[in-house]
Amino acid sequence: MTIPNIVGAGLIVIGAGLGIGRIGGQAMEAIARQPEASGKIQTAMLIAAALIEGIGFAALFAA
Amino acid sequence: MLKEISTKAFALFLLMLSFGMNAQEEVHEIAPQHEGDKDLKTEIKDYINHHLQDSYDFSLYSYEENGEHHYVGFPLPVILWDDGLKIFSSSKLNHGESVAEVDGNYYKVFHGKIYKTDAQGTINLDEEHHATNEKPLDFSFTKNIFVIFAVSLFMVLMFASMAKSYKKNPLPSGMGRFLEPLVLFIRDDIAIPNIGKKHYRKYMGFLLTVFFFVWIINLLGLTPLGVNVTNNIAVTFALALMTYLLTTFTANKNYWKHIFWMPGVPWPMKIILAPIELLGTFIKPFSLMIRLYANITAGHIVLMSIIGLMFIFKNWLGSSLSFGLAFVLALLELLVAALQAYIFTMLSALYFGMAKEEHHDH
Repeated sequence: MTIPNIVGAGLIVIGAGLGIGRIGGQAMEAIARQPEASGKIQTAMLIAAALIEGIGFAALFAA
Repeated sequence: MLKEISTKAFALFLLMLSFGMNAQEEVHEIAPQHEGDKDLKTEIKDYINHHLQDSYDFSLYSYEENGEHHYVGFPLPVILWDDGLKIFSSSKLNHGESVAEVDGNYYKVFHGKIYKTDAQGTINLDEEHHATNEKPLDFSFTKNIFVIFAVSLFMVLMFASMAKSYKKNPLPSGMGRFLEPLVLFIRDDIAIPNIGKKHYRKYMGFLLTVFFFVWIINLLGLTPLGVNVTNNIAVTFALALMTYLLTTFTANKNYWKHIFWMPGVPWPMKIILAPIELLGTFIKPFSLMIRLYANITAGHIVLMSIIGLMFIFKNWLGSSLSFGLAFVLALLELLVAALQAYIFTMLSALYFGMAKEEHHDH
């Protein structure tokens, strides 16, 4: 592992973490506003989080 | 009063911690084992790599006695195509330590792959440390395949007996009590909302199978059996390929129209969008494959590295810390095992739903 690889992996993790964190936070807020829609919000949240995670892993493998 | 005591106890605890650390440091000063430490690290790395690989036998663990390796487990058949079918037990390969002789040909395992060698088992290496020996076509019944077959058999037996019990009595009994809510969850929360009431029944078989298969195999990966099937990219490739084929071959006219001639956008956009959308149909199952593979691989590597830390720290503080961390991570992996099965099923259902979407006005 060279230094650019390590820095790249770090950047990827920061990016993916920010993305998933934002999704989770917004979903929490949405559930708080509309508790009756929590099931739908959770599903949408998991899908979005999974998509970001997929991109993150693809980038990690490239790095 | 109580507060004072607890403060004292805490201070005492801290003091003990610092003593423990100091004692350890002194030992290191007396005997600096930098060489040994490095060897240990490479050994742990090799062990993790070995765990992530498929193998020709099913062994639970190995131990050393009188300079000899002993393995606890059983061998599996090796099937090679090398100018004719060659079938022999993997005990002949002896975990890569000896050369197997079959019909006048010699085979040896090198870095988890079978190569054709001479009687002494010489492996020729090029500059990049890759073997240049001839490789026979390998159709071996490896550990991963063994586990896949075992899990499939287990699932067939379990669900067949469940189906039988439902024919006698509509109330769930035995395993059905535990699995009925899961089956209903997949039907009511995954299949129907994503695919729609009209078409969902056709896909239920695949969705249920893939969910329980991935889940059971992920859970098996957390047991000390040392099984890890879903972190073999070929397995997740096959699973994703099934989703891709089902999506492609059950898709209706509307789906293809949305790919090649997107309605509702100006015509130059249609030409630009067509290749992107076509690429998208491949990227969707590709991301399914990578997601499952990468999640499980990452989980296994992190868990095993933390367990490996115990052998690097070699003091009670570090070891107990890494034990606690490994315990918590193992619990997290339990969640990940179920979550990845859920996500795989969910996204498959989503893609099937896209393929079956009826025409509506945008």
